[in-house]
Amino acid sequence: MVDVTLQPNRVTATQAVRKRSGLRNALRRKSTVAFVMALPLILLILILVVYPALYSLHLATLNKSMAKFVGFGNFEFLFKRDTFWLVVKQSCIFAISAVIFKALIGFIVAHFVHNVPAKKQRKWRGMLLVPWVIPPAMSTLAWLWLFDPSYSAFNYTLSFFGIGPIPWTGDAMWARFSVILVNVWYGAPFFMIMYLAALKSVPEQLYEAAAIDGANWWQRIWYVTLPMMRNIIAITTLFSLIVTFANFDIVRILTAGGPLDHTHIFATWAFRVGIEGSDVPLGASVSLFMVPILAVAAVFILRDISKRGNEA
Amino acid sequence: MSRKKLSRRQFVAATALSSAALITAPYVRGAYAAGKLSMGFWDHWVPGSNKASEELVKQWAEKEKVEVQIDYIPSQGNKNLLTIAAEAQAKSGHDIFAMPTWWCHSNSEQLERVDDIMGPIIAENGAVNGTAQYLGQLDGKWLGVPACVGSQIKGPCSRIDLMKKHANIDVQEMYPAGSPPKADNWTFDTFLKAAEACHKAGFPFGIGLGETSDNVDTAGAIFQSFGAQLVDAKGNLTVKTDAVRQALEFYKKLISFLPPDVAAWDDASNNKWLVSGKGAMIMNPPSAWAVAKRDAPQVAEQCWTHGFPAGPKGRFAPYLPYFWSIWNFSKNKEAAKSLLVHLSKPASIEKMVVASGGYDLPAYEKLTKLKVWEEEGPPKGTLFHYPDPYKLQTLSIAASPAPPKVAQQIYFQATLTKMCLRYHQGEAMEKTLAWAEGECEGFMRS
Repeated sequence: MVDVTLQPNRVTATQAVRKRSGLRNALRRKSTVAFVMALPLILLILILVVYPALYSLHLATLNKSMAKFVGFGNFEFLFKRDTFWLVVKQSCIFAISAVIFKALIGFIVAHFVHNVPAKKQRKWRGMLLVPWVIPPAMSTLAWLWLFDPSYSAFNYTLSFFGIGPIPWTGDAMWARFSVILVNVWYGAPFFMIMYLAALKSVPEQLYEAAAIDGANWWQRIWYVTLPMMRNIIAITTLFSLIVTFANFDIVRILTAGGPLDHTHIFATWAFRVGIEGSDVPLGASVSLFMVPILAVAAVFILRDISKRGNEA
Repeated sequence: MSRKKLSRRQFVAATALSSAALITAPYVRGAYAAGKLSMGFWDHWVPGSNKASEELVKQWAEKEKVEVQIDYIPSQGNKNLLTIAAEAQAKSGHDIFAMPTWWCHSNSEQLERVDDIMGPIIAENGAVNGTAQYLGQLDGKWLGVPACVGSQIKGPCSRIDLMKKHANIDVQEMYPAGSPPKADNWTFDTFLKAAEACHKAGFPFGIGLGETSDNVDTAGAIFQSFGAQLVDAKGNLTVKTDAVRQALEFYKKLISFLPPDVAAWDDASNNKWLVSGKGAMIMNPPSAWAVAKRDAPQVAEQCWTHGFPAGPKGRFAPYLPYFWSIWNFSKNKEAAKSLLVHLSKPASIEKMVVASGGYDLPAYEKLTKLKVWEEEGPPKGTLFHYPDPYKLQTLSIAASPAPPKVAQQIYFQATLTKMCLRYHQGEAMEKTLAWAEGECEGFMRS
């Protein structure tokens, strides 16, 4: 009897000891510590990223006055609008061409900088990063003045060579060119610095071996440099594609989507529809349309990276 | 140790005193006895203009014992629109907000009706113009009090010398300071001839065809002068009408006399055009002239603000009012209404108009002949006809009389200027009309 009466107390005590030691063990585990340390960031992401994302999903399912649930009604409406498909087309042209040129220029410039002697390299790196470190809203204002319809500094310079005036922001083709140019100018340094880091990690022995095999510079790039940089190229391309698709400031400041909507991209058109047109649910639907496009791109690029990782 | 005894009389007296104090305490007016009130006012671009409204608010707050907080929110970068959207979503924020043009209607479900104060204000200041009624009323109920701060007419601002020299038009004679206009001949035919003459002389009119407000406002007034509406007041599509065709034909002719880059113009472009001395006329409130007064006085001395030309259906001028509206989530609605009454007193309005250098326009009938417009210069009287003192124009906003929620879409998607550009760039008239009709159908979604 006595034993029986004493046993539950013993169990409770053992459980408490186990609990304490369990907590101690959990805290000792690296993953738990990592989780606790990352918790502030996780909370921040939950509040500033996850909640707004879910809220915009909720908004996209409401009608214009936000009083009625309409499911996919807003998307159905958008699919019937010509302007929406124009925006989809332009967003793709804008993002893909800008990323290609950024990657190309970044790759070429990274090679130049890589070949500059180490002492001078820091200065070049610093100078070439300037476009990337200036807030784009500010630098785009300077570009706006350079492209100004009536007082363009570019047109003034070109006039000495008997060229122009070019309607930088007044003609659909030139306006598209201008917004892409500014985006490339702003984003190329990011590619440059990433590629430069990748170039520095390519073992010198590989180039030496290629040289012994008689490879010319093109073959060295094609068979040594590019395969060694493939992962970093894929990651930077994906990252830049996401950022460029979601661009707002450059287009908004330079052309505000004009002329005749020919430079609108998802974010600028979402702002026009949602904030200026007071149709917040439709604006949310426009901006959410980026998600499936970027998700498909991300799946392809990341799958390629993990495949190569497994092969390695 | 002595112990004082409390007598029955003393006990009764003390109880009576404390009860009286407790009962009367809420009625004793302390520094902020009437609570708090916060305002989101439009941040005026004229230096010192905010000070006038701030002084008026403080004056009222001291008298009424209300703790006030004013935030001046700029319209640059649409910061005010973003704040309105955020406050509407959060159902929290300022008590009073300065709503531009369409925002009373787009937030109508969340705004306090102010008919009780609008009655006495109108009785004192005179009737409110038609555009302020169209934008500020829903089913006959006021959604806000028309604010003079930020409200403006975007009429022609002409160069006296260039118009006289190249178009043979004396704008000062046509719109003399201090007396009624002699503008019977100031029609769109005369306007077009003047545009052609000034273009030939190398000083084209600076009228933009971009997608921002100034461009759309001018197009709106011209369309209305031809009786052209894309959507009528009942919400019917009226794109494919002769009036719209006439307006487009007129614009096609006009665009050929404008600077070649007008498709890319924003709200700053016309100001720069005037200040640089390159153009003979722009359509703008006196802000461009005020900048010229500072940066190019020789240009400012030659500027004259006057009325719009008349079209077949009348003389229309773009008018963009602001409203002071009270959110229905405000916790001090009575104090907010009291403040708006104070800000709408004739003396308060005059103080704010003077501080803005005559830029701000009251929406009330009796307040279009203030001294400031007579006196501003150089040249003296340049702003006399800015507020349309003789009521010869119909003040309007682009895309009206369509139901405001539809008109807002037409306005911000710049459907009118896009139509003009498409047609001018060689698109067939019927194709342009079909495109516009498709757009307007989309704007009708509820």
